[in-house]
Amino acid sequence: MSSTLMIQLFVFMLAGFVGFQTISRIPPLLHTPLMAATNAISGISLVASLAVAGSAQGVLATILGTIAVGCAVANVVGGFLITDRMLAMFRRSKDKSNRGENGND
Amino acid sequence: MTETFIQFAYLVAAFLFITALRALGHPDSARRGMHSAALGMLVAIIATLFEARIITYEWIALGAVAGAVVGYPLGMWVPMTAMPQRIAFSHAFGALAATLVGVAEYLHSYGEAGLSAAQMTALGFEVLLGALTVTGSIMAFAKLQGLLPGRPVTFRFQNMLNLVALVFVVILLMALIYDPYRVDLFFVIVCVSAAIGISLILPIGGADMPVVVSLLNSYAGLAAVATGFAINNNILIIVGALDGASGFILSIAMSRAMNRSFSNVLFGAFGSSSVVATGTESEGGEMAQVSAEDAALRLAFAGKVVVVPGYGLAVAQAQHQARELGDLIEKRGGEVRYAIHPVAGRMPGHMNVLLAEAGVPYDKLIEMDEINERFHETDVAVVVGANDVVNPAAGSNPASPIYGMPILNVSDSRSVIVLKRGTGRGFSGVENDLFFHSKTTMLFGDAKQSLIDLAVEVKGA
Repeated sequence: MSSTLMIQLFVFMLAGFVGFQTISRIPPLLHTPLMAATNAISGISLVASLAVAGSAQGVLATILGTIAVGCAVANVVGGFLITDRMLAMFRRSKDKSNRGENGND
Repeated sequence: MTETFIQFAYLVAAFLFITALRALGHPDSARRGMHSAALGMLVAIIATLFEARIITYEWIALGAVAGAVVGYPLGMWVPMTAMPQRIAFSHAFGALAATLVGVAEYLHSYGEAGLSAAQMTALGFEVLLGALTVTGSIMAFAKLQGLLPGRPVTFRFQNMLNLVALVFVVILLMALIYDPYRVDLFFVIVCVSAAIGISLILPIGGADMPVVVSLLNSYAGLAAVATGFAINNNILIIVGALDGASGFILSIAMSRAMNRSFSNVLFGAFGSSSVVATGTESEGGEMAQVSAEDAALRLAFAGKVVVVPGYGLAVAQAQHQARELGDLIEKRGGEVRYAIHPVAGRMPGHMNVLLAEAGVPYDKLIEMDEINERFHETDVAVVVGANDVVNPAAGSNPASPIYGMPILNVSDSRSVIVLKRGTGRGFSGVENDLFFHSKTTMLFGDAKQSLIDLAVEVKGA
């Protein structure tokens, strides 16, 4: 087993752990924006698609890569836009109806 | 030098993504957090364009423009009610990108670079998970969009067949690791995985979709992790792990809220859930009916009102009417809160988004555990299009198929008004004792129309 692979396994484990810790703290209120956000962020597979589309490895690879770039960019653009649109809708109520007991969120 | 620069940019991107997820922990910071995530994405993409492997940019530009043209409407024009299918659709996109990269990398390495066992394993999992997620997500999309019948499509030995197919794929993968140059096997894996994706989602009914959409999120993330292993890219491993963890956590939360076991979710075996209801005979005699005028009168003079929106409200798209009714009650001095069950709506947290869009401030959207402590001081609970999530049998009747499912304890409040289309049963087919409770009165009719009627009467009261 190469040392690169070993390091990658460590990265995977630690990132998974960080993910569990961080995401468990996200309230159900924001679970739909969370899914849209992870969708947008998962567009990072673009970095792999770019390398395939741009490295001139032959017609087939270029076509597959270009489609992959299109899919990933669609996720990045659409994902960030819709997450922002959604989060912009979450507003706190104006002070009038705050009667003390619901200020603890 | 360039390589160091690229890796450093990825490090920055990873940091920004994790901070973004942290910021999503609170609605006030969430939006800002996502802006930094978008910045992280930009940094990562620009850095990648400097990679030595990339020698032509025409095709990249073509793909990017096409993607942006498709992505913009997906981001700006899709209505909030269509979020579940929108998300399922983009899972398919993400997984398709992973699968295509996997195929291209395999063919490339096959041609010149050669394949180590580790690389082959990663590529194998990449196309396996990728292809499965592509077809699964498209199926989920079609069901949610109503292109396919939402009801479960089942046949005998379905789970057995899926399992056999999965074992078959894994055996092929092992053969391929032993001899990476069997191109035919590689494409058989892609095709069989795609078929598994279809047959995995086929038996799942519309109301189970929150679990499925989360699970596909997780699979898409794991496909990205496999890509990262295959092409030695840490940022892909990190983001894929975050994505996978997110989908995993959400599917567990959803399955818990729907009373399904963990393993049931993990292996996607929801097909066995079509339980025939037991003990369907009602115990409590007659439902008490109420007119819109009387119900409105009670709401108009109530001090504390809790609205319990359910799947039916989302189907009727009556969230604006619910908010208008709430506003009118508040104008008369009452206090209105909204009780959100985790599986209200069609995906995790969907009901919150629908109500937020209708203009309900988020601090009035109260989660199940918190609102359950408040029902005993509630004057009127208004149940709109919810059934199983308010069924007391979940807590009291061990023979009930939904026993153990966490519910909203609306019967703790002083009185309950249930807005319901007819006398039928909920998704689980279980009779709901709440409807026969002495505190409960029923207002029959279409949810949207009933809410409009109530609002008119409250205004006039």
